[in-house]
Amino acid sequence: MAELPKSLAANPVVGRWIQVGADGTIAVRVGKVELGQGIVTALAQIAADELGVGIAAVRMLPAGPAGPDEGLTAGSMSIMDSGTAVRIAAANVRELFAAAAGKADFSYAEWAARVDLDVPADPDVPLRQTHELVGTDVPRFDLPDKVYGRPRYIQDMRLPGQLFGRAIKPPSPGARLLSVEPALPGGVTLVREGSFLGVIGADEAGVVRAAETVRRAARWAEHDTLPDEDELDKFLRAGPHETIMVADDGEEPPGGSTVRATYSRPFVAHASMAPSCGVAVWRADDQVDVWSHSQGVFLLGRAIAGALRLDPAGVRVEHAENAGCYGHNAADDAAFDAVLLARAVPGTPVQVLWSRQDELAWAPFGSAMTADVSATLTAEGRLSSWQYDVYSQGHTARPGYAGVPGLFSATLLDPPADYPAAVDPPAAAGAGSTRNALPGYDLPRRRITGHRLIESPIRSSAMRALGAFLNVFAIESFMDEAALAAGLDPLEFRLAHLGDPRGRRVLETAAEAADWGRPRPEGVGLGLGYARYKGRGAYCAVVAEVEAENEVRLRRLHIAVDVGQVVNPDGVRNQLEGGATQAASWTLVERVRFDRRHVTSDTWESYPILRFSQTPAVDVTVIDSREKSVGAGEAAQGPTPAAIGNAVAAAIGVRVRDLPLTTEAIVAAIERG
Amino acid sequence: MTQFLVNGVPRQVAADPDTPLLYVLRNELGLMGARFGCGLGLCGACFVHVDGVSVPSCDTPVWSLEGKSVVTVEGLTPHPVQQAFLDEQAAQCGFCVTGIVMTAAALLERDPHPDETAVATALDRHLCRCGAQQRMIRAVVQAGRPQEASDG
Repeated sequence: MAELPKSLAANPVVGRWIQVGADGTIAVRVGKVELGQGIVTALAQIAADELGVGIAAVRMLPAGPAGPDEGLTAGSMSIMDSGTAVRIAAANVRELFAAAAGKADFSYAEWAARVDLDVPADPDVPLRQTHELVGTDVPRFDLPDKVYGRPRYIQDMRLPGQLFGRAIKPPSPGARLLSVEPALPGGVTLVREGSFLGVIGADEAGVVRAAETVRRAARWAEHDTLPDEDELDKFLRAGPHETIMVADDGEEPPGGSTVRATYSRPFVAHASMAPSCGVAVWRADDQVDVWSHSQGVFLLGRAIAGALRLDPAGVRVEHAENAGCYGHNAADDAAFDAVLLARAVPGTPVQVLWSRQDELAWAPFGSAMTADVSATLTAEGRLSSWQYDVYSQGHTARPGYAGVPGLFSATLLDPPADYPAAVDPPAAAGAGSTRNALPGYDLPRRRITGHRLIESPIRSSAMRALGAFLNVFAIESFMDEAALAAGLDPLEFRLAHLGDPRGRRVLETAAEAADWGRPRPEGVGLGLGYARYKGRGAYCAVVAEVEAENEVRLRRLHIAVDVGQVVNPDGVRNQLEGGATQAASWTLVERVRFDRRHVTSDTWESYPILRFSQTPAVDVTVIDSREKSVGAGEAAQGPTPAAIGNAVAAAIGVRVRDLPLTTEAIVAAIERG
Repeated sequence: MTQFLVNGVPRQVAADPDTPLLYVLRNELGLMGARFGCGLGLCGACFVHVDGVSVPSCDTPVWSLEGKSVVTVEGLTPHPVQQAFLDEQAAQCGFCVTGIVMTAAALLERDPHPDETAVATALDRHLCRCGAQQRMIRAVVQAGRPQEASDG
């Protein structure tokens, strides 16, 4: 007997995944959530094919208490985890109906009332071998609402009697509330618990004004907690650290010429277009209903219960869509703020929306990182040893991590919840600081070590690709530096160290698309970046073309990707285009700013992202493959910065190793020689 | 009391004159298509037309609208640029899209056949975090192609 896939083993009852209505409509409830990546449409394609129905017959319902618990929607795992589970669940439904009808050609509507789906899934159910929808460009289910401006997002929710709430954040990390005596207008309720402050009222604009009044009236005890933003390298190396041994071949480096370099990136913000939002209703008997754009609604429910010492069964969280999510942002925090405010007005729904400033200053950041690479080269231009040390804060502090709630406002309550420094996901889940620290090349004598800070005043957590962004930037920048030292072409040098045929194919495909090797005009450069995400996910190669005159202009990205069997080709292209464009933004312009007390990059002016006229043209080639499907959403995050950095070096002859690649950083690199 | 047109319908708004238009649209008139993104007029998610010009509704106080004509995405729908966005699947999370559609529609009024550079320049006041900009530029150019512009 075959084993059920992970998500289905955890939620084996078929009816938890799929319900068939009397009109033949098939409702599918997955535990993965729509974050703007189009996953719900791709999963519907898989379900419809296995059920043997058209795409219009399938309705996708939000993740929540009535559906399966699939943990987090993260790490490009949804097609692997949920896709396999949905497929087998759908095949079970088809078989149960066929058995009831006594024939393979039946009507779902006709038999809906007579088939019991509350049965365990059979792992050995026969699967259909032909697909009508998988592999085709089914348009996204959610886009018409979004393009026509219909209510769709959590901030559009209006439950009967709903009030608006705002939480007032402290002025700086670690601040404690001393006093607050605001003069508030009628109709606005102040909520204070420890250092947590909030206001509730029926008029949203009035509530926003009242929140500002409270902010000005509050007196706090504050102190400097933050490191020097210009000395992040020193901060990351100072420790204390957890040491993470990734590879140690145990051999000393041989003689030969040695190449070494250090690369870094600053803290980076999620900077979603919508600030985080939560809705909650406090029910009788200390139960609470919550709506959140969390990546893990069940984890969030347990964390809320833990923070407020509630029975976890009484905390019900349903997913509601918000703007794009690229990792652990403030979604869970906003949901908890809504719960704290809703507790003050039992029976009344409260919607909390964070301000843009709070979103940019108080949501967790992607960690700053720094990495040292050194390697020896033989006279023939082959790498004969590889040493790598990466320094970083941890990459996950999600709800429930390290046995604490992981919810920001829980740290403001009396007594305050502990909020230790972020940890790293285990190697089995793709690691964090050391994600993609192991190069995909055939290298002897490797010694690869991660150093995770175990104390920090700066809140970091999971952001798209975690450590892979800096690790691949470092490795792939270094491959170019080593190729230069060996006097070899960067593409040839990579191929000489890469036996994996799928890796070679994406590199060769991207290079061919970019016409690699054709001479470019003065001031224009091409650069390569390559990685297999997490060492076991999608293969991706990127060629960047930049023009460097007074400033760097990223003109074009050519991307080749192998994600195994493709469910929705346009969905894959869209994810690669978006991921690469976002990674280009991190690479070129983004940096969280702070003084010794406050985060100062809290508007779109102080935290700029790429604008329309700065975004590159992106061409994506999706490799035709029958291999197992893997996720696409994070594949380009590492190769893109490397390709851009290498292209800048090719264009101007100067290597910039510290991100972002701003004009100032390039001038500084030129001055250092 | 401030009086102005919203999608062609006369409205009398009793809200405090300093109230940003966005809250009136979303909470009093039930028009959710303009989204709150920053509250500072810096991201573009809340753009609407005021007398044909695409502006941020989050920092437009209602007192300034006396006698003017406001058009929201609901009043624009259906517009060829929306169909072009769907044809190109020019969105990921979609949160920025309605504001961008408003500015693109205003651009197409001024310049019915814009090229990619003109579109990118016109949309530079809008942010998209998912990285769908190039698809959106293609969609707006597509909407302005002469053979596409005649139908609705």
